Amino acid sequence: MSVIILEQVLNGLLVGSYYIVLSLGLSLIFSLGGVVNLAHGAFYALGAYFAYEVQRRLGFGAAVVLGPAGVALVGVAIERLFLRRLYREDPMLGLLFTFGLAMTAEQTLRMIWGASGLPFPIPESLRGQLLIGDFIYSYYRLTVLAVVMAAIAACWLLLTRTAFGMIVRAGTRDPEMVRAMGVSLKPALTGVFALGVGLAGLAGAMSAPLAGVQPAMGSEILTAAFVVVVIGGLGSFWGVVVAGLLVGVVRGVTVAFYPPAAEASMYILMVLVLLFRPRGLMGEKFEKFE
Amino acid sequence: MIYRKERLSLRGRRAALKTIGAGVAALGFPAILRAQGADTIKLGHLTPRTGFLGQLGDYGFKAASMAVDEINAAGGLLGRKIELIAEDSVNPQVAVTKAQKLAEREHVLALIGEINSASGLAIAEQALRYKIPFFNTGCNSDALRGKNCNRYMFHVEGCNTMYTKTIGTWQKAENKIRGAKWYMLTADYAFGHDLFRVSSKFLKDNGGELINNDMVPTNTADYSAYILKIRQAKPDFVYINLAGVDQTTFLKQYKEYNLPYPLAGGVMDTIPFWAAGIDSISGHWQSLWYHMLNVPAAQEFTKRFIAKNGYPPDNQAWGDYVGVRIVAQAIADTKSTDAPKLIEYLEKGATFDILKARQGSFRAWDHQLLQEMYVVKVRDKATMKDKWDIFEIVRPVPAPNESLELIQPTKEENACVMT
Repeated sequence: MSVIILEQVLNGLLVGSYYIVLSLGLSLIFSLGGVVNLAHGAFYALGAYFAYEVQRRLGFGAAVVLGPAGVALVGVAIERLFLRRLYREDPMLGLLFTFGLAMTAEQTLRMIWGASGLPFPIPESLRGQLLIGDFIYSYYRLTVLAVVMAAIAACWLLLTRTAFGMIVRAGTRDPEMVRAMGVSLKPALTGVFALGVGLAGLAGAMSAPLAGVQPAMGSEILTAAFVVVVIGGLGSFWGVVVAGLLVGVVRGVTVAFYPPAAEASMYILMVLVLLFRPRGLMGEKFEKFE
Repeated sequence: MIYRKERLSLRGRRAALKTIGAGVAALGFPAILRAQGADTIKLGHLTPRTGFLGQLGDYGFKAASMAVDEINAAGGLLGRKIELIAEDSVNPQVAVTKAQKLAEREHVLALIGEINSASGLAIAEQALRYKIPFFNTGCNSDALRGKNCNRYMFHVEGCNTMYTKTIGTWQKAENKIRGAKWYMLTADYAFGHDLFRVSSKFLKDNGGELINNDMVPTNTADYSAYILKIRQAKPDFVYINLAGVDQTTFLKQYKEYNLPYPLAGGVMDTIPFWAAGIDSISGHWQSLWYHMLNVPAAQEFTKRFIAKNGYPPDNQAWGDYVGVRIVAQAIADTKSTDAPKLIEYLEKGATFDILKARQGSFRAWDHQLLQEMYVVKVRDKATMKDKWDIFEIVRPVPAPNESLELIQPTKEENACVMT
């Protein structure tokens, strides 16, 4: 029995890494711009569709890079044209805008690529399984884990070791003061939005060979992404990382004991966390939201 | 075929035509105008064309239209043309409204179509109310043939029990049931529960052992946790009562882990399997109809469908095509458009060419079309002719020398009292 639980815990960590990429972008965009991006799932789906097109022509390696990059570009356009006007307005406007965007995006995907799923096999070179003792891992999922760890590390370095990161962190804490120092937040806001939706696109591209590509895929994962952000605590980088892993593990262990509650498990976890820590596990205090 | 969705404007025109026709007739120039459109035989096609079943419905609609076109090209029925009035029944509520509209305003002679069992039930109630025969071409629920059966509903589609017994009969013949340990995954909603009830009963009745069944929430994106459990349980056979996206996602990930335990499942539609692609699917499945079936009539139908649409027909296209053909034959043979006469003809065991090796006929007590089904095996990629060529046909079930009743639910299993 303990072997089964250990196996589910290890697998849960792997699944959790996928939740991290899914949610990290959502958390970043909210922290700096104050916009709850309800279109996050749409960018996730877009990432999968872009990856599908690139993969057919240039292979999977290119798809994982160019797919999310394409999504980031779309993100830049949307931020420049629309979202930029909404940062200082009632948060309700941002909510409505991104909600509408999500619906429009889903229908657009349906119009261009059709309502049914598209075939997206696991690339030939990443098929197969790795056996460690009695534990089994698929090469593809291990690759996903490696990409996720690289993405997390890159984001962390970007936010802590660069001038861009410094502005973002300062802007997150106290945008007024940043402006008072003569630093414009606009490029940083664009950059963070592009980074955030790019991460969603990355999650979409990597999940495509596992869960398929279809227009509704975005709306299906949106709630999970929100739950992870809420558990981790708004505005906390490592909070999202810890929460993602936790959700993966809790889900795996629930499947081992009581599968019907598998999807409900993350909500139960969220309720428990919020009962004891209303700010989320590592949520910080924000003056601008108080 | 005359296809109308915007019927109001045309309705006015038809009424005008009728009036003119009557006037002309009175003047002594009869029949000419009437034969051109005022007096068509109207069939209602009602199936989901949008939403998650929309793609299947679209195949069904294309095939039904093709059948109508062919019949009209060959001179129509009883000297009249057929008109297909098609509507989108996106959910049960809409299905009721559309069925009423087709009955009251269009006075259709028969309703054909549907995929969603809940919508099918709703349409059946309207069919009974308006006394119009309804040919179900896509709903699998056993209850529609049992508890909810009625005199005006006929089933071209196979029911859950037929799907289960088809694959089950083959498994029994291959000695995969007696004494074998099975692991099941079941979709956690009405459809899955119904299928689980039927498949676990078949397993137990034939001496197999169910070592575990996991109820899986719908829209699960990651099955790795379940696959690890299956791996620890070391079953002899894995059987999934899942459908649609859930089914193909599981198949994909099951193949990813390459477990040695053979796989089968309770239901199969070709379209999601095509969408998943050959690299993502495996196992033995049951098929109501497959376009590579080596029967001349099936090959002819496939050829005509490809010529028209550019891709081969699936099992849903088969259902709607055969549905229209059955109605047409009933009208031609009885020389009548009278519902009681048509029902009597169908109940008396009339046989139909249903594009399979054996002819089909309706069972009088529950109106299920008696027909053969097929066990198919996912093809080796190297032997594929094109991207639609994903299955090898293993065998028909029942075998050519066996009764077609073999895969049907018995009266005890699915009692039906016609109202």
